[in-house]
Order: sequence, then C-alpha cells, then structure tokens
Amino acid sequence: MAFNILNHSAVPKHEILSDDEIEEIFADVDYDISQLPKIKVNDPVSKAIGAEEGQVLKITRKSETAGIFVTYRLVSGENNQK
Amino acid sequence: MKGIIKKIDRINFGLMSPEQIREMSVVKIERPDTYDEDGYPIESGLMDSRLGVIDPSLKCRTCGEKGGECQGHFGMIELARPVIHVGFGDDIHKILRSTCTECGRVLLDDDEIEEFTEKMEELQEAGESVEDLVKDVYKICKDKKTKEVCPHCGAEQEDIKIVKPIDIIEVRKQYDENGELMTEEDGTPLTEDYDLTASEVREKLQRIPDEDAYVLGVNPEVARPEWMVLTVLPVPPVTVRPSITLDTGERSEDDLTHKLVDILRINQRLIENMDAGAPQLIVEDLWKLLQYHVTTYFDNEASGVPPARHRSGRPLKTLAQRLKGKEGRFRSNLSGKRVNFSARTVISPDPNISINEVGVPEMIAKEVTVPTYVNEWNIEELKEAILNGPNVHPGANYVKKTINGKEMKVRVLDDNRELVVENLEYGDVVMRHLKDGDIVLFNRQPSLHRMSMMAHEVRVLPYKTFRLNLCVCPPYNADFDGDEMNMHVFQTDESRAEAKSLMRVQEHILSPRFGGPIIGAIHDHISGAYLLTRDGFTVREDDAFQMIRKSHLLNNEYVDKKHLKRKNRDWTGKELFSLLLPDDLNMNYKAEICRKCETCLKEDCQYDAFVVIKDGQLTHGAIDEAAYGSFSGKILDTIVKEYGPSRAKEFLDRSTDLAICGIMKTGITTGTNDEEIPEEAIEVIDAHLDKAEQEVDKLIATYEEGLLQPLPGRSAEETLEMRIVQVLGEARDTAGEIAEGYLTMGKQSQDDSYDYVMAVENHSVVMARTGARASMLNLTQITACVGQQAVRGGRIERGYINRTLPHFKKGELGAKAKGFVHSSYKSGLDPIEFFFHAMGGREGLVDTAVRTSRSGYMQRRLVSALEDLKLTADGSIRNTADTIIQFRYGEDGTDPTRSVGGKVIDMDDLFTEVLGDDADALLRLDSRDVGEDYGSREKDEMEYFEEENSDYESETEYESE
Ligand SMILES: [Mg+2]
Ligand SMILES: [Zn+2]
Ligand SMILES: [Zn+2]
Ligand SMILES: [Zn+2]
Repeated sequence: MAFNILNHSAVPKHEILSDDEIEEIFADVDYDISQLPKIKVNDPVSKAIGAEEGQVLKITRKSETAGIFVTYRLVSGENNQK
Repeated sequence: MKGIIKKIDRINFGLMSPEQIREMSVVKIERPDTYDEDGYPIESGLMDSRLGVIDPSLKCRTCGEKGGECQGHFGMIELARPVIHVGFGDDIHKILRSTCTECGRVLLDDDEIEEFTEKMEELQEAGESVEDLVKDVYKICKDKKTKEVCPHCGAEQEDIKIVKPIDIIEVRKQYDENGELMTEEDGTPLTEDYDLTASEVREKLQRIPDEDAYVLGVNPEVARPEWMVLTVLPVPPVTVRPSITLDTGERSEDDLTHKLVDILRINQRLIENMDAGAPQLIVEDLWKLLQYHVTTYFDNEASGVPPARHRSGRPLKTLAQRLKGKEGRFRSNLSGKRVNFSARTVISPDPNISINEVGVPEMIAKEVTVPTYVNEWNIEELKEAILNGPNVHPGANYVKKTINGKEMKVRVLDDNRELVVENLEYGDVVMRHLKDGDIVLFNRQPSLHRMSMMAHEVRVLPYKTFRLNLCVCPPYNADFDGDEMNMHVFQTDESRAEAKSLMRVQEHILSPRFGGPIIGAIHDHISGAYLLTRDGFTVREDDAFQMIRKSHLLNNEYVDKKHLKRKNRDWTGKELFSLLLPDDLNMNYKAEICRKCETCLKEDCQYDAFVVIKDGQLTHGAIDEAAYGSFSGKILDTIVKEYGPSRAKEFLDRSTDLAICGIMKTGITTGTNDEEIPEEAIEVIDAHLDKAEQEVDKLIATYEEGLLQPLPGRSAEETLEMRIVQVLGEARDTAGEIAEGYLTMGKQSQDDSYDYVMAVENHSVVMARTGARASMLNLTQITACVGQQAVRGGRIERGYINRTLPHFKKGELGAKAKGFVHSSYKSGLDPIEFFFHAMGGREGLVDTAVRTSRSGYMQRRLVSALEDLKLTADGSIRNTADTIIQFRYGEDGTDPTRSVGGKVIDMDDLFTEVLGDDADALLRLDSRDVGEDYGSREKDEMEYFEEENSDYESETEYESE
C-alpha cells in the first residue's frame, strides 16, 4: 500500500467542489473561475483525491495570521503554464 | 521632437534576411577608412555621409537633414564568404542535429510532422508558448540522428557536435575501401571529426523545407534557418558609433568603428586573394579571421573566443557589451534614467527642524525650480522673484509664456528682468526657486522599503549639506559619516498633493513591516529624556519656563494652558515631560531600564522602570527607548495609533526639544573612566576566569584519559568541545555580571545621602541601560573580559597543522590555544589574543559583505516577482492579468501598519481600556509582548547591518557577539 500523502501534517484539506457549490460560492464575485489560482491535474494531491481538469478544489488550511483560511484552486491541464 | 503615435498590436521577433539588409542599406561600405587628411568622410568608407551625420554644420546625403536632426541610416558590408552569427551557434547545432545529413528534412516521419504542426498551430492560436513542443521535437530527432536512417530519403546519418560558441563539427563514420563500416574493437563505429565551414552549414540549413522549419520552432515567414549564417553584414549609422574629438584635436573612433574597420580590412584581403586564385589554405585562414572579427563585433565576451583588444590592452566594447549587465543599455538607460529637478549632497543632522522638514542648501534651492502658474494671488510675489533673478535666493530662472499657441521659454537675465515682469500675465509659468514649505521627495539608497523615499517640506538653509531631523535616520538607515542623499522636486500640483497626503514623513511613523514606529528617538534623544525624567530630577520654576519656551510648548495647539500655570515650587522632569502627552492618555509599561526583577514591584520599582501615565501625567517611571525609541516606542506607538500622525509628529518634534533641554541641564560625556571598576573587582573576575580555565584543563584531562562521558548522540570530541564552549561562555557571563554590579548609573535610590541630580555619574551606563547606544555587553567587554572568539561558529581551529599558532603544542585544546580572550579591551589584549580577535572580526566583515550582495540579489528577484500585485476593492490580491493570487490580503485582511506588532488586536490593551484599573488583576501584565518582539528584532538586525553602505566610507568597527 502506497503512502497516503493526504494524511501528512503538511498537506491541508483538499475537497472537490460540486457544480452547485461552485455556483453558490462564486455567485457574488466579479471574477470567473478561470481567474482562480491553479493546481495541476498531475499534482500529487489532485491525483490522490482524483480531481479532474476543470474542477475547483476547496483548500482549508491553517494560517499564521487568520487561524484557518479557505482558498480555492482550479484544476488545470498539464500544459497550462499558469 | 517628431513623433508618430501608433498602437502596438503585436511584436514579431525574427531574423533579417540578406535581402532585407540590402534593402534597408543606403550604401555599400567597401573601404576600411574613416576620414581623409582634411577630415572629410571618405566615400564608401565607414563614416560615409550617407550613413547620417552628427556635426550640426553638415547635411546628411540620404535625408538632407542637419546633424542632430538626422537619425542615421544603415549601410552594409557584402561578406566575401559567409560567417556564422555568434548568437545562433546553439540553434544551428540543434537544428542540424534534428535534420537529415543528406536531404535536410527533419528526422520525423510524415505523421509525426503533421501531428506536431497541428499541436503547435493550436497553441499559437491560443497565444501560448510552443517552447515545450519544440523541445520534444529536438529530443526525438536527437535520438534518431545517431541510431536511424532518414525517414524521407533513407540516408545514413552523421552526428553533429558543437564547440562553443560557433564551431559546428560533423562526426563522420569511417568506411573501408569495400564500403564497410569501420568499427573499434568493442563495436562502436570508427569516426572522424570534420569541421563544417560556414558555407557548408548554410547550405545544410538552406535545404530545410519551410514546413519542417516550422516544427523545429523557426517560423519561415520571419526567419529562414540559413539567415543565421550571415552573407551580408549591416553597418550601423554613425549616430550609433560617433567619433570623439579629443582636446588635442585628435579624433578617436568608437569601438564598433574599430571592429568594422577590422572586418572590412580582412574582407578586402579575402576578396583579393580569392580573385587572385590564392591557395586554399590562405583563403581558409583569412576566412577564419573574418569569422573571428564578425564574432567579436557582435559579442566580445563569447566563451572560447579571445576578446579583441584596443591598442592599450583594454577589451573592446562591442554590441553585446553595450546591452548586457548593470552598465548596459537595459539596466542603466532604460530601467534607470537620470532625471532633471533633482539634487544630491552630503547629509548632516539638525535637531531644530521638524521630522517633516529637510534643510536644503541655498545653492541647490537656486538651481532646482518649481513651475508656478501666475494668478492674481501670487503675481506680486512672482514678480518679486523675477526681479531677484537667478542668483538671489527667492528668485526665478525662467518664465514660460504661451503666445499664439506657441510655448516660449524666456531665461531671466540681468538685463531683461524688468521687461519680463512688465509682460508677466495670468497663466504664465514662472520657474521660481525652491522656497520654504515646498514639498520635495527625499531619498537614500539602497531604497529597500517605501520609507526610503518620503516627502519633506523644504527649509532653505545656509551651507552645503542637506539637513535632516535625527528621528528620520532609522527609516533611511542614514548616518552622517559621509552619507549622501537625493532630493527630487515635484513639477505638477497633482504630484505635490499626492505626495503630501501619501508620502509625508509623518504618515510613515508606523512601519508596515511590523506594527510599530520606525521613526522615533535615537541616541541623545533617548538619554536626554532619561536624564530629564528620572526620579529626583528637578529644575527651578524659572528654568522650567525657559525649557518650556525653548521647546515651543507655549501657545502650542496641543498643550492646555492650565498646565502652564506657576506652581511656586521646583518642577520635576516628569511634570515637564507630561506637557507633551495628550491629557486623556493612560498607559503603563515596563521601561527599557527595567532589570526584570523576580517579582516586579511596579510603582515602587527601585530603578524607576515601571512607567505609569495617568490622564496624561507621567507619575512613575523614566522615559527611555521603550517610550519613544524607533522600533520600540510604546508611547509613540499609542499616540500615532490613537491621536494620529499630526499629533505624533508634534510629540516627536517637541520631545526632541525637551530632551535637548534635559541633556543640557545635566550634561553628558563619556570616557574610559566610565568603564573603571575597583581593583578588588578585577581580582575577583580574574580569579573566576582562572578557575574556568582550570576547569577546561580538567575537562581536557578527563577526555584524554578517556573518561569523559559523551552526551547522547555526540562523540567524545564533540562533547568536550561543547562542554568547553559552555564553561568559557558561562565564565565570561559571570565576569560580565560581576563588572555590571559596579557599572551603575549612579546612586541606586533616593535614600542615598547626597544630591540625587549629581548622582548620575556614569554616562556610558546611562546610554547602555536606556537603549540610547551600546549595550552592557559592550561595556563589560571593555571592563571585564572579551570572551571566546569564533570562526565558522566554533572555537578557532585553523592556522598551522593541528594547532592555531606555533606558540602552542600540536593538538592543544586549552582555552587560550583556541581563541579565548581572557583580557578586557581596557586592560589590552596580548598578541595572541589580538590575533584571534582579528580573525573573528575579519570573518564578521566578510560575512556582511557576502550577505549584502546575496540579499540584494534576492530582493531584486522578489520585487520583480511581486511588483505587479495589487489589492483590489474586494480585499483580494490580483496581478495585472487579473488572476487571483490571494483571496484575502495576508489571509486576515489586516494592514500590518495598523496591526499591533503583527497581530490584529491587542486584547490586553482592550481590557485596560474597558476595565481601567481593575484590569490589572485580570492581565498578565508581566508577560506582555506588545510589538516588542518584532521591533527589537528589527533593531538588532539594523545594528548588525549598520556598517554596510560603504561606497565612500570604510568603517572598521566590528563586534564579536
Ligand atoms: Mg554611513
Ligand atoms: Zn539622414
Ligand atoms: Zn534525408
Ligand atoms: Zn522593576
């Protein structure tokens, strides 16, 4: 059995958002999801949770300033530079 | 200046074809000469007047404009034989390695070509980089080159090597007379290197079809591969390489011209030899020479090519050298330009001007001007200025008028002043001298943070230095050992208004790096306030009023008149200082002089180190660094945050005045007398150090007997080393503590029988304890013991074989043999100690030098990575492409400037505010760390970095902490 990186203390919680959740979270913002920070499909975490290109991940992590901070990343393809 | 306004749609990078070069050329250069005996340009020479002119008295033969107007025109040199362009050696190699030796097709089969072409077109459409795909193509082809035959013509392949920068070599397989492949004994084919000539390279490149060039990453529409081999060389216009006439009348040519002369000379000889049918060997030699000259013409620092030199031995500055590096066109002329309306001079201190001000020498004030529109309110003043002329201070240098839509600039001269004044009307612009109250930008390099450039109000002063208030030294990291600073004068009202509200000094008292003041008291400002506010200091009432007057506290908008009534008794220093504090200020904190007693006696502290401010009255405690020092001032911090920058500015300015009064009343001086301790004390210290050294010897003996118990995870040697370092460290500390016992500011308490005011007698200790300058460590090193010297983080190891100096036995491990300095600075170091001390000191200097250059590079790269980030209205951080970098600034959305030492709020402060005195019981007042953490850390770093800016000054101070 391979080592599960998701259990590592330095890997924050990654969740795949459903379409409904995406709609709800990004309803009142002046940007669209293509402007979100990216995470590659072949990122170890993307692979571990089985994320697919075009999905949005919700990342909940500890923050030195804010305690807990929630951020979002768009899963992007291999050749996408940004 | 003529200008064409066009919108840039896109930029295409490509290569110039020989046809393009010929087309843009106005003259074919053939003669390797410049001017004839009369100084006229030689026809078809390198200075041919069709290439443009520089001299304004001459006319360009191409465009007919005068020198200065003509921007210059390119010429060309027809090269007798092709040469490889240095910039493309690598690309040529990569392309040849990916194409067939015979037919020049790319070593991909038709399906692969189609697939790659399609993918690339897709990416191009999307505006993305094809770089990765091209890399893949090269990789596939490189593998095929040695192992397979051409998929198009079936030819055997010969590998291609490159010897940097431009020698392309074909690795040819050897065949015997029967046409059989010759091999080494182990089966690898026998090969021979063959140097391809530039002509052969060019032919090979020429064979590559357009479709194949495309998959190789070369867009044939703008760059055919063979254009990387030059057949015709563009000659830049003379405006690019002007000749200089020296004082002696001699003409000196630009380095590029020299290089072009070389190229032409060899080119002509090559042509002559070829025409005369000279032997192949001679032609090839000349060809190689031509290649060398063209190579160095482009880049005189190409690796593997000896640089072309001037007669004096100086390497020539050719095209690449003009662009590259710090002094190159990009970093020196495009990213950093010189500007007008700026001034630079040495700085010096002036505690009598406000922190918002800067003293500007009259000489500078008369040179840099402010464009002022004439209107009915300032016309009289401006007329006066014009009449004063350019040489008398509040004068004017130019007047700009607009007549019939044409702008005219009139210089104010002795004989036209009256006329200019007569014709002065509303709407004209007078370039008047800088005067008191103008807003200017003030800057000190290296401009590492935003406080390195702040807006100041001008105070025109005599003499030739910029004057600045001492409180602004920390943000600029300035001192007065020869530092110079720059001043820029704003030229528009918008910039002035913007600077005044955003960049003024008072707006930057709080640093965004940590939530505390960076502008604040230093040095005598701190010791002065301490001397004034310490317990027992009093002044006669009339002296008090004199000090109040001198500190501009009379008629001060922030000082209530009720505090200035006669008391008919002596005033205490604390009462005087309280005049500076807002009437509703309440706070308490531990001062810098606090000795961190086991149980704090608070108000009853014997050192007067517990500061209590009640309703704006300083009732207990002395003012020192912790009150209003830069990086840590708590009162200052509170005043900026609660009462705003204007109040804080006034607090700093007036406290400077008051501190000066305080320091003048007592006087402050220092000398080695301050580091004197009684003979008995020295004996005790010596005995103590001797004991430690014996203990070290004992440890060594134990170790040598093999009886030393190693610490877990350590070897016996490491254990011994650690124990020795520990013992010696403790010994120095104890020696220091013993000395500290004698190094007191003066008498300890009011119970002492004699005059308390006079009791402050050790000013070195006052400065160290109040945080004004130096530390107790410095003082005890002078008095008691310098301590262990370190190189590379441990005791000194290096020097001779198995020992540091020949004065010791090999393998000696004792305290002295490894750099322990038993002596104090005052008693003096013996030669061995002195040598070790110099070793430690040198390491410190080298470290700082290395660290500055490295941190500077890191800073540059960080800034370029972050410079386009901005905070948007929704609190997110975006870049210029409008993609999100951070959903909420700093994750907590807090402006660090307004934070409390980096934290959003300070609960303790809130409690105190709400609960008042009752809060005390609830709070851990003892363990408060408000801001102090960051501030003091910053300060330590600053002190460490202090001796860094050493353009002109060389400081040899060093510390071995
Ligand atoms: Mg300096
Ligand atoms: Zn011209
Ligand atoms: Zn072929
Ligand atoms: Zn105390």
